[in-house]
Amino acid sequence: MTKNISLNLISGRTIQQGVAIEGGKEKPLYRTAAGIIEMDESDFKKLGAWKSTNVRVTSEYGSVIVKAVQTTQGPHPGLGFIPMGPWANAIINPNTYSTGMPTFKGVPVTVEVAMNEPILLGIELVQKLCGVKTE
Amino acid sequence: MTKTITDVICPFCGTLCDDLEVVVSDDGKKLLEVYNSCVIGTEKFLHSQAPDRVTRPRMHQEDGSWKEVSYDEAVEYSAQMLAKAKKPLMFGWSSTNCEAQSVGNEIAEISKSCCDNTAATCHGTTLIAVQDIGLPSCTLGEVKNRADRIIFWGCNPAHAHPRHMSRYSIFPRGFFTGKGQMSRKLVVVDPRVTDTAKMADLHLQVEQGRDYELLDALRVALKNEWLPDTVAGIPAEKIRETAAMLKSGRFGIIFFGMGVTQSLSKNHNIDAAIALTKDLNEHTKFSIMPMRGHYNVTGSGEVFAWQFGFPFSVDLTRGFARYNPGDTSTIDLLTRGEIDAMFTIGSDPGAHFPISAVKHIAAVPSVCVDPHLTPTTGVSKLHVPVAFNGVETGGNCYRMDNVPIDCRKVVEPPEGMLTDEEFLTKVRDRLKQLKGVA
Repeated sequence: MTKNISLNLISGRTIQQGVAIEGGKEKPLYRTAAGIIEMDESDFKKLGAWKSTNVRVTSEYGSVIVKAVQTTQGPHPGLGFIPMGPWANAIINPNTYSTGMPTFKGVPVTVEVAMNEPILLGIELVQKLCGVKTE
Repeated sequence: MTKTITDVICPFCGTLCDDLEVVVSDDGKKLLEVYNSCVIGTEKFLHSQAPDRVTRPRMHQEDGSWKEVSYDEAVEYSAQMLAKAKKPLMFGWSSTNCEAQSVGNEIAEISKSCCDNTAATCHGTTLIAVQDIGLPSCTLGEVKNRADRIIFWGCNPAHAHPRHMSRYSIFPRGFFTGKGQMSRKLVVVDPRVTDTAKMADLHLQVEQGRDYELLDALRVALKNEWLPDTVAGIPAEKIRETAAMLKSGRFGIIFFGMGVTQSLSKNHNIDAAIALTKDLNEHTKFSIMPMRGHYNVTGSGEVFAWQFGFPFSVDLTRGFARYNPGDTSTIDLLTRGEIDAMFTIGSDPGAHFPISAVKHIAAVPSVCVDPHLTPTTGVSKLHVPVAFNGVETGGNCYRMDNVPIDCRKVVEPPEGMLTDEEFLTKVRDRLKQLKGVA
């Protein structure tokens, strides 16, 4: 049986993500910067995964493949962080509760190892999820 | 020979740094080097020179390919789309200048659109809270010269506003803060040990989503009333220590970000933060300021407010301005599937909206005006590349403290490219013809 762990997901800005969006969202650097989930070392142990392993992150609202990396801004056990971008937005809570603001922070997710699954590029991911035909 | 242009404004974040130096070629056509800006600002200036940049509008074809079209054809498609739609949405505006925003608002009025800016997924809840109880704020100049107690609550300027701390909030030596960093105490509230938190005198590692409780606990501590042993994961002694540190300052400021605006309590978090600021003013001078993200999201709110009376989430479909977040707000309009045309400019909802909202953008006629290739251009029917505002054209922008600053043009755009304002003006004029408006 595949092992999985539960985390509380938040998203937000990182400087690498900022550089990547200005450098071109069609480029692989954007995926390197934002197609990741930053996890605490203790959560890696619970998951039984190596650092920099591809994982599937699933919430009530969707599922996405990202690379699990060890957080540089921790410790924060039990908390997962995906930089703002299409990967985070594939799974965050879109409910605004009459404020106009989706709930980008505080989404319960499960994380499981998906070593052989590919991480899509940013534009590619959005086009695929929206069913947009590409060349 | 090259030329160095000084005092250039950085069009990335709400800090709107105004001390950049840019080196351009003698003919003013090539941008060669950027000095003084952060790594993100530098990338923005240099990316305008990318050889693979798209310089002409493109239509998405049935087979998934793109076909280059002229600006005139792009104007015609945009105007026709807005003229035919019953409830179009014009979204974005935060990465363009106020002049373009104003032309956009004329288009919105003629086409009876819903219009919204990126505050929708940023500081929209702040604006709701400000309407609830007001905002005792100040300018960043006052922070630099006076503030000796700085709180960063749910924001991480080391990553999101890289020069904020060196220009205004922590390191500069101001008139009454002559020792720079030594004159100030820094409190950071964040569920992660962020790179900003690592510099703090006090870091309150709040349980995620429990900001409201902690804000209220600080108000209780200011009044020396009873507190439980821990609130939001923070021991009572630490809360009392923080309250004492804040009270003992001469001038304090709370900067807050997405940690409070986007977590579950949303505008109520900001209500509590503003109430805490009010309470602190019984002991010393205190201010509060949202850390605005896009360099001109503040300007968009200003232009919306003086033209329509509301700073975001404006619905003009009935011929007059209505404002009711939850009803007239972009995410709700998209997820409910109420929009029948989407006009995006100066932002990237494809990357930054929940995917359920983006799916609706992909399903309707859509135009995206953006110099970059983005997930939004990837799902739009028409992509209109334009000159980079703040690099290839100037215009008015508002810093996060509501101070207007004119951006500067430093380099020529590729030949034949229009600016946001020029493209919007053409769309407006064509739309007037289609609608029979004088």
